[in-house]
Amino acid sequence: MNRFQLLSFFCGSWCLAAAAAPAPPDTIAERAKPCLSCHAADGKTGKFEYYPRLHGKPKGYLFNQMLNFRDGRRSNRPMALLTQNLSDVYLAEIAGYFAAQEPRYPTAKDLTHETPAPTLIKQGDLARNIPACTTCHGKSLLGVAPNIPGLLGLPSDYVSAQMGAWKVATRRAPAPDCMGEIAKQLSDIEVNAVATWLAAQPLPANPHPAPALTEALPLKCGSVPDIALASRKP
Amino acid sequence: MRQRARYCPGESQAVKRAFIIFIAGTALLFGFLVIVIVLNESENDTSALATSTVANFVDPQTRGAYLARAGNCAGCHTVQGGQPYAGGRELPTPFGTFVTPNITPHHVSGIGIWTAQDFWRAMQHGKGRDGKLLYPAFPYTEYTKVTREDSDAIFSYLQTIAPAENAVAPDRLRFPYNIRALLYVWRALYFKPGAYELVANQTPEWNRGAYLVQGLGHCNACHATRNALGAAGGAALGGGQVAGHSWYAPSLTSRAEAGNADVPIEEIIALLSTGQSSKTAASGPMAEVIWQSLQHLSAPDVRAMAVYLKSLPDSSAAKSAPSELTADARQRIAKGSKIYEKHCKDCHGTAGEGAPGAYPPLADNRSVTLPSPLNTIRSVLDGGFAPSTASNPRPYGMPPFAHSLSSEEVALVVSYARNSWGNRASLVTAVEVDKTGSD
Repeated sequence: MNRFQLLSFFCGSWCLAAAAAPAPPDTIAERAKPCLSCHAADGKTGKFEYYPRLHGKPKGYLFNQMLNFRDGRRSNRPMALLTQNLSDVYLAEIAGYFAAQEPRYPTAKDLTHETPAPTLIKQGDLARNIPACTTCHGKSLLGVAPNIPGLLGLPSDYVSAQMGAWKVATRRAPAPDCMGEIAKQLSDIEVNAVATWLAAQPLPANPHPAPALTEALPLKCGSVPDIALASRKP
Repeated sequence: MRQRARYCPGESQAVKRAFIIFIAGTALLFGFLVIVIVLNESENDTSALATSTVANFVDPQTRGAYLARAGNCAGCHTVQGGQPYAGGRELPTPFGTFVTPNITPHHVSGIGIWTAQDFWRAMQHGKGRDGKLLYPAFPYTEYTKVTREDSDAIFSYLQTIAPAENAVAPDRLRFPYNIRALLYVWRALYFKPGAYELVANQTPEWNRGAYLVQGLGHCNACHATRNALGAAGGAALGGGQVAGHSWYAPSLTSRAEAGNADVPIEEIIALLSTGQSSKTAASGPMAEVIWQSLQHLSAPDVRAMAVYLKSLPDSSAAKSAPSELTADARQRIAKGSKIYEKHCKDCHGTAGEGAPGAYPPLADNRSVTLPSPLNTIRSVLDGGFAPSTASNPRPYGMPPFAHSLSSEEVALVVSYARNSWGNRASLVTAVEVDKTGSD
């Protein structure tokens, strides 16, 4: 009679289960493993949809999106089910883990045809109260820590799908929902142009979000607290 | 002649018989109505039989907050991401969709103008403030066992929360279930107002557990089979599919399902308070109940529930020797092992042994071998995390596989897990996987 048989003889399968297997690593990396089944370091397209990368995105942004899924402001069934019984503290830890990972960006494509995108992205359209993307998402469009995501290295389908979701309010953020307001101003042609242009941009050598905002946001955003700038005010 | 023929003796007898049948039928119907009305209208105040329960609370509101957690009132009366208790959550059922009411103290859209007596009447008798009969989606069939003292405490707590102006949409029930008057008949058949009666030869701890399980905890609302009219039929806690959900709530009495007769008390307590024991992790609606309710209960209360659950007599049928697997079944199981190897082995182990505290074992795990494969299919499709709780704040999780495995692959791998390492249960087909709902 071996050790396991002896154990199971005395206390049934209860202690056998406890005795037989080694404990997994007690790390956040081990705990975040289920996320990787969809979210690769460079994003990937699955059976039903595109799964954006989480690696290297700002922590506050990732955390806010998990709350949005959990509380029904963004609609994605798997994400709602996975986050529904998890505490804010734990979700923040998972967000921090992915924010600290190195992203892998896909190679950019060439873009030759004429497009309204660069003007909209770099200057906005003041007449329609559309700020330039660069004022919030960073001069190099790589995002600003801790709450604003980068816009490069994403497939155009994903960006235009998010814009469409904001237009019809199936993607929302806590009010005031600044991106919702902006997306509703854009025509379908502009959405497509912006998404295509962004997807075609090459990535700089060090593609990380800027450390902090350098000026006040042109619009109020519920996901970006004003206090982010408090330290800069005289 | 024709006229006369109509009054021939034989026919007159028939008329008389018809008349008697009519009178008797009317009398029966009348008698039935009287019984139905008497059964519905009697509101004997049974609060005198109340057992004194939770001690050590500074005031009734704090006590009420605790008890509202124990009854998980917020679980149904809160919409996803909404203000707790402001109602609006949709409950899909075979009879249509119920929309839960706002129970914050708002004077127009909540229960701000209710009195403790009104609230007690809802809990004890299943009637609204205006006397209208409530649908048993509100589990007054269980709450009727809650004491007056506890009902008043919960009410006094609910009156202290912020009033939410949230007028909820009406229920969307199908005909004939939308005829509220039919509840008179339903209640005559299936509902008797009552109270928890102390079992004299049991300990106070056992009685406390029974009171929580049968009353506020309303465990039977899910863990019992519901009949065609939505009433919990069959044995109490005997297991059944959760109404409106593609989840099976296992029997809490059967050794073959989730009965606790053989389970060490510490294991029962661990599962109830942390969502995880050495053998299993709570998933689906049970994970939600632990997240919202059970993890907040005091250690003595969880222990009391465990003591009561462990004492329930085993209801399982004697195990018959499993029949020989067919060649086709063995082939399907072998195909499933390839999928297991690729997607499941890293966490659940080569021999289905799992990893303690993180990944539940699949070998000798009753949740895997339940007669209904529903929960195992759902776990593979949806994945999920055990709830964050005080003693397990950072639970490990399982990825969903709905996006990466086909229905046939899910069927094969579930069949493999149900028939390996000593497990033995029915094989699963792709059709069963396809028919699995998403609620």
